[in-house]
Amino acid sequence: MALSKARIIAAAVALLVVGAGALLWHPAIAPVDTHAVFSHEQVARGAELAAIGDCSVCHTATNGQPFAGGRGVPTPFGTVYATNITPDPETGIGRWSEAAFKRAMRDGIDRAGHHLYPVLPYPHFTRATDADIAAMYAFLMTRPAAHATAPLNQLPFPLNQRFVLAGWNLLYLSPGPWHPDPAHDAAWNRGNYLVEAIGHCGACHTPHNALGAESSGQTLAGGQAENWYAPPLQSASPAVRPWTQATLADYLRTGFEAHHGAAAGPMTAVTDELAGVPDSDIQAIATYIASMMPKTAPEPVMARAGGDPHAAAIFAGACAGCHGSDAPMTRAGAPSLALSTVVNAPTPQGAIQMILNGIPWREGKSAPYMPSFGAVLTDAQVADLASYLRATYSEKPAWTDVPAEVAKARGSS
Amino acid sequence: MIRLNVNGHDHDVDAEPDTPLLYVLRDDLALNGAKFGCGLGQCGACTVMVDGRAVFSCLTPIALLPGRNVRTIEGLGMNAVQQAFVEEQAAQCGYCIAGMVMRAQALLEHNPNPSEQEIRDQMAVNLCRCGTHMRILAAVRRAAGRGVKS
Repeated sequence: MALSKARIIAAAVALLVVGAGALLWHPAIAPVDTHAVFSHEQVARGAELAAIGDCSVCHTATNGQPFAGGRGVPTPFGTVYATNITPDPETGIGRWSEAAFKRAMRDGIDRAGHHLYPVLPYPHFTRATDADIAAMYAFLMTRPAAHATAPLNQLPFPLNQRFVLAGWNLLYLSPGPWHPDPAHDAAWNRGNYLVEAIGHCGACHTPHNALGAESSGQTLAGGQAENWYAPPLQSASPAVRPWTQATLADYLRTGFEAHHGAAAGPMTAVTDELAGVPDSDIQAIATYIASMMPKTAPEPVMARAGGDPHAAAIFAGACAGCHGSDAPMTRAGAPSLALSTVVNAPTPQGAIQMILNGIPWREGKSAPYMPSFGAVLTDAQVADLASYLRATYSEKPAWTDVPAEVAKARGSS
Repeated sequence: MIRLNVNGHDHDVDAEPDTPLLYVLRDDLALNGAKFGCGLGQCGACTVMVDGRAVFSCLTPIALLPGRNVRTIEGLGMNAVQQAFVEEQAAQCGYCIAGMVMRAQALLEHNPNPSEQEIRDQMAVNLCRCGTHMRILAAVRRAAGRGVKS
């Protein structure tokens, strides 16, 4: 008997429903009362990996207990709040087995079977080795427990329905282990693994598509982080002096490099964390990133005279004490603005953020500091100053839409 | 000539537009409360308020200021914040205190009931080389209970 068209359609729909259901439904993993004991070595390794992975940067609220969550991470779709990943049994991951933790890291599914938002960079963590995930689990399960529940995410319908992430994962999550590239040496491969599987550098430094996924084929080609410019870490790098393995390693370790400048904005937290990880890992990350960077670049321009006289007066009165030629700070090793990444970047976003926010004091750290000028400069003055820096210190073409970028940065800071 | 409004009074100042506000306050207007410390925005001794927000006057060229309101410690009078600094005996040598008072004033005008952390975050950029930070913090806490709009 021939199947009628209607029956075929009905069967197809049923299959789709069952298939979608199978994709959407994930079982809870039974809660455990963990009294597991971890080796000192495993916990210490987990601490290093958690530092490279910057877990505490997102999972700690301002002045909050480390890993207790509550920090709102702004996304183009709304604010997602990082959850409590301390071992508190009620509000943290205290009842998560290692298998549940691994599923969250690999598949973006929590212990109860709910989808996690890819603000948690599980498309990267999915490449982490079993041993490294186990070490991070050991580290987190031995942190002091905090009783803390994150605020509810602020996402519009339908994005606040977690099942939609099943579709997102079909499109953008490609599970599977990391594979070394035999064409490269061990340090390069180690760096590649740390950058891709743990450090998730691409979460900021790769452009994102309309659905918030890292654009394929544009790995580390430059992106955005919390309205800051995240420069390309490959051939499109705007650095006037080409980065080398040694200068990258210095920068990652200290947050400052004498021919490029200081880590600022969201990057300060990254370099703060990297200050404490094994040197071999810093060297490996630097080896991998440097291999993608351009090898030559034009010499920087000398500061040009002239330009908008009003902006020149602002620069002379507000900036030149540190950034003028032969200012004390330049003698202490700070680079000329002609070498600055943000001044030579394709958008004014970084320069504007630096002017508005500077680099805040970080208590107890020997680290670069720049006062903020957001309180004293009007939006128009910020725009004039940014355009003046570009015209004076860079060969690159003038930025467009500078006032609009200032307004955007004000709204977010 | 650049017209500045300081503590509610207009002044026409004959100075280059890149001149730091601090120099004009001290050299032209005889308002000597704000102090020169580092000249680089690193110590806060020169802190004054512009349109209600604390700024480093050493890094504020007067070109920025036409149409805006500058307030210095001379314009506060013995208000709640200054009174609290006296009661807590927060000054030792006193060099940083005008800047500390102005930063505290700016904080409390925007946030009359700051948390301990908010007080510390706001005051962190102003330094006291004598080491009276604990008394300064106590003074800000004391002032916070009193309302500072004046």
